[in-house]
This record gives sequence, C-alpha cells and structure tokens, in this order.
Amino acid sequence: MKPVKRVEGRAIPFGQKNVDTDVIISAKWLKTISREGLGEGAFETIRAKEGNVFDDPEYAGASILIAGDNFGCGSSREHAAWALDDMGIKAVIAPSFSDIFSGNAFKNGLLAIALPQQAIDRLMEVAKTDPVTIDMESMSVTTPYQDRFPFEMDPFRHQCLVEGLDEIDLTMAKSDAIERHEKKNDSTQPWLKPVAA
Amino acid sequence: MTIAKTLYEKIWDAHVVDQRDDGTALIYIDRHLVHEVTSPQAFESLRKAGRKVRRPDLTLAVPDHNLPTTARLDAQGNKIPIADPQSAAQLEALEANAPAFGIKYIGASDINQGIVHVIGPEQGFTLPGTTMVCGDSHTAAHGALGALAFGIGTSEVEHVLATQTLQLTRSKSMEIRVEGLLGPGISPKDLILHIIGVIGTAGGTGHVIEYRGEVFEQMSIEGRLTVSNMSIEGGARAGLIAPDEKTFAYLKGRPMAPKGADWDAAVAYWKTLPTDEGAKFDRSVTINAADVSPTVTWGTSPEDVVPVNGVVPAPESFVDASKQDAARKSLDYMGLEAGQALRDVAVENIFIGSCTNSRIEDLRAAASILEGRKKADNVKWAIVVPGSGLVKAQAEAEGLDRVFTDAGFEWREPGCSACLGMNPDKVPAGERCASTSNRNFVGRQGPGARTHLMSPAMAAAAAVTGKLTDVRELTK
Repeated sequence: MKPVKRVEGRAIPFGQKNVDTDVIISAKWLKTISREGLGEGAFETIRAKEGNVFDDPEYAGASILIAGDNFGCGSSREHAAWALDDMGIKAVIAPSFSDIFSGNAFKNGLLAIALPQQAIDRLMEVAKTDPVTIDMESMSVTTPYQDRFPFEMDPFRHQCLVEGLDEIDLTMAKSDAIERHEKKNDSTQPWLKPVAA
Repeated sequence: MTIAKTLYEKIWDAHVVDQRDDGTALIYIDRHLVHEVTSPQAFESLRKAGRKVRRPDLTLAVPDHNLPTTARLDAQGNKIPIADPQSAAQLEALEANAPAFGIKYIGASDINQGIVHVIGPEQGFTLPGTTMVCGDSHTAAHGALGALAFGIGTSEVEHVLATQTLQLTRSKSMEIRVEGLLGPGISPKDLILHIIGVIGTAGGTGHVIEYRGEVFEQMSIEGRLTVSNMSIEGGARAGLIAPDEKTFAYLKGRPMAPKGADWDAAVAYWKTLPTDEGAKFDRSVTINAADVSPTVTWGTSPEDVVPVNGVVPAPESFVDASKQDAARKSLDYMGLEAGQALRDVAVENIFIGSCTNSRIEDLRAAASILEGRKKADNVKWAIVVPGSGLVKAQAEAEGLDRVFTDAGFEWREPGCSACLGMNPDKVPAGERCASTSNRNFVGRQGPGARTHLMSPAMAAAAAVTGKLTDVRELTK
C-alpha cells in the first residue's frame, strides 16, 4: 500500500444519507474478476439523472466525496471502494460509515473520515467553490477559510495508512502466535476441525 | 469470583491471538465460507504474492450469487453452459481456484450446493462459539447458532486465506430484548423488520447485537437464522442468539459437525457460552412482541417498515430533514403516495427465496397459504428459489414443489437469484415485487425495480390476491 499523508482537492458536495453499496456500484458490475475499471459504473442510478452532482463540470477531477450519515451501508462488496478509487476519489468525509465499508476503504488506502454533522454542513458549503485538505499527520480537515476540523482514527489504521504498511505482512510476522493458538485448539478443542464430509 | 461476560465477550476472548496496545487484536477465524463474487481478486493477489491458503481445511467454497437458477444439467446429465460470458468466467474462476488452493468446493450441480448462509448450518460447518467470516454481509445469519459471524470485504478474504486471522477492534455490545411472544400469523421476518424499523438502519453500527428473550428460545433455528441474517440491515456486523438444546439438536449428525466423543466435548463447551447473569451490555433496546404485526416495507431502506394494515407515511412525519428528503425520493422511486393504504398496492412479481427466507420452514409457510389456491392474474412472475439442493429435495419429498407449481409459481434451482439482481432473475423496471429477501435498495432487484420486503407467508398471500395482503385474512 502507498503511504497516504495528505489529500487535497475539490470535494463533491453529495451529502446524501444512508448511501448503500448497491447505489455506489450495482450488482451487474460485480461479475468482474478484476479490481479495475469500476469507476464507470459508480453511482450509476444517480448519474442517470441530469444535473447530478457527479457529472457537474465544477467537480471534475475531485478527489474527495462529502456524504451523509451511514455511508456505505448494506452489502460488503469491496467493489464500492474500488469504484470510488477508480473514479479518482481518495477520501470520503461523512458523519458516520458502515463498519464493513470503512474496513474496505482502509484496505485500499481510501480515507474514510468521520466528522460531526456541523462540520459536514460547513464543508458542503465550502466545497461548492473551494478545495478541501485532509492532513493525516495533524489529523485534521481544513479549508482556505481557516476552518479546521480535527478527526479521530483507529491508531492501527492510522499507522498503516501513513506508513503504507501491508497488513498481511504485519500479520505474517506473528505466525508464531497464530501457530500457538492452533496448537492450543488442537489439544483443548479438537472438534474445531471440521469433519471432512 | 469471575467477571460476568456476554456471549460476544466469551467468543472474542477465546479467539485473541495477539493483543496490541492500541486496542486492536488479531482474532483467529475458525470458519471461512467463500463464494464466486468476492473471492477472485483475493485468490489473484495470493497468487501474485506467492502466498498459500493457511488452513484450507477451515475453508469451504460454493457458488451462489451469480449462478442462474434454471436447470444446470441437460437430460444426458451434461452441464448446461452459462449464457453470460462474464458470469461464466467468474464461476469458472472459483471452480479453478478452490482446488488450486486445496479448498473443498461444492459444485453447481452437487445436491449440497446452495446459498452460503444456508449450507453453512445445513452441513454443520457453522458451530456455536466459533468465529466465522464470508465475503458477504449476510454472514450475520450464522449468529443464530451462537457463532460470531460477520461479513468481510475481498481484502479481508485475502487476509483470512493467507493468515486465518483478522486484525479487529472489539465491537460494542447491544442487547435487543423482546418481551412476550409473537401473535398468531406473525413470523420471525415480521419481528426483524419491526426491530430494524425501531433501531434504524444505522442503529447497530459498531455493535454486535445479541437477541434475547423467550421468543427466541421458542423460535426454530430457521427462524433464528432469518432474524440474525438481517442484523446487518440494522447496521450491526454480527447478531448472536445463545446456543441451546435446539441448536444442539439441529447440529447433531450434520455431515461436518463433530462426532462421538468430540461431539460430547463440544456440547459441554457450548453450554458455557450463554451470557452470564449480570453481564453488562453497552446498549439495550426493549421490544414488545405484542407490537409486531405482519410487516412490509414501503420505501428503499429496510428501516422503512409499516404494518401491512397501515398507510404510507408522509415525508413530513419524520423529524430529521434529511430523512424527509430521503422519504420523498423513496416515494417517488416506489411510485407511492403518502397516506396510501399498503393493502391497495398491486404487485406483479413474487420472489420467495434468499439467504433470509429460503429454508424448508419458509417454503412450508408459503406453501400452506398457496395450497389449493392460484396466483392472481395480475401477478406476471412468481418464483420459488430453495436455499440449497437439500432444501429443494426435502420440499419435493413433502410435495411442496407441486403446491407451488399448481399455484402458478416457477420452481427453481438454488442460489441468491432475484435478491440482488445479479444472475438473470430480475424484476422489470417500474414493477413491484413482494419479496422475502433482505434489501429494498434502489435498483437492488434490477434497475428501477420496486421491492416490498415481507415474510414468506405474506409473499404467498400477495401472490394469491395480487396485492399486499394481511396473511391472517387467508388463514381465518
């Protein structure tokens, strides 16, 4: 994973609440066996309507998406994170995220930044005309108008993102502990091994 | 004196491989279900990095999402090719990846094939007290047997394949206590839809829900699976129901469940799992079972529920401005008006199936309504998709397939089908579907499709009358 220290750019003031992953990328795009090219299908039902915010030339090349509560709810499809990444989005800012989506975003170096609704309201305003900056070192979101909104992040995820660590490598370094757990299972709970049917 | 613990805390503590100072823990995963849609990229990454699957014996693969539900073998027993080349390629990828990585694979024409969340319990692969994952959010279903089971993304699928662990932060615990018992004609599906209506679609975010109360003790394992399955629709990654004698009776003798002395040792351990008296939950919600009616959804979020005898709510009736806006959009999409009686709403399509409601009890409940009746003329398409080959065979042995086909339903092969509009089973744009699935999202059952979620008996009642109907009127 590439380190992510800072995301700066125009932000799409989307704002919608309870955006489910079916809306981010619908099932017909899930037949792929690759992670690439899903941006084309992102927010398809919304983009089918004229005057939608995603196709507004004002936000062409935006790297940030601002959304409402409970972003990424529903299906666990990681295709939602891949689709956002493919359309150039590097960070989503919302009051809250579904647990599975925030995990998927993290694994792909896509920032899921949670801020209070008041901050979101302000950013939605600023985004119409100006860029927004997310700084991972100071853990804050800023605007050209002296706004500064601090955010929190799970320390493990923060470290992985800033240092660009590969989580599987990190876990594999603990293979002794995994092996100990497996040996303990074998001796105390041998029934945990499934019977070969 | 030992500290009183919840069921969730007991399972969590028993699976910590390594605890970090920052609060995250490396958690061992006992069971991993794999299907064709969320796994190909994970296998590809393993291959590129030269990594193996750490514990193929704890992993089980089966196709379900993308598989057509029409006949899979011709009269000569040869495989019928899949028309959509992308779907075919994805299914072939799983068929090739599973043996290449040493994983047991249940093929499309195997009688044991079915929806991952139906076959896990059915095969005895799902066990109480275990941790279980799958690249599918409805993995929450397996919590019905007291397993800590949750959906994961493809990167996590890869992580589990490579290490048999996940790096996780402990969730908060949420108790949903249901007081009293369900009235006649009220099903577990009505209960879980009602619960989601109360807590909202983000109500359980960051939490693991434990469902408690006599109603769950009396409920069958099939009913518990329906309830726990939809925990994710309330925002909770996992649901749990304490394992009990019903759980043990359900699992005993299943192909992959422990046998002999192992079985006895397992049961002795499982009996220690239920939440201790005095254990604390971070949040507690009480539901009165008497408040639950036959329930349907009116909007495009599973929290948009209303008793079938109720009316479509007015957007202005919601306190929150953004919910008002969402309700307006939902009504526009659904082609409904505020104040309209749900019972007047005609449906053109009926879908009985999905990991929520495709087990034998679900099919029995629907068939009991359809027995000696026919679908209404305005119902153009009615399908029953059993959750697994074994469910299908059982239903056929009971003659249920005939009840369905006599009533005008199509009797299909097992799979996810019209729940997510990925395989050819889709609801046409602008048409309604009385569906026993779990999500009424915009476009979920096909572009422009209008979904009303309900129980199997309610979907059967809608088929008979051609509109949303209180099933109790057909059982008087």
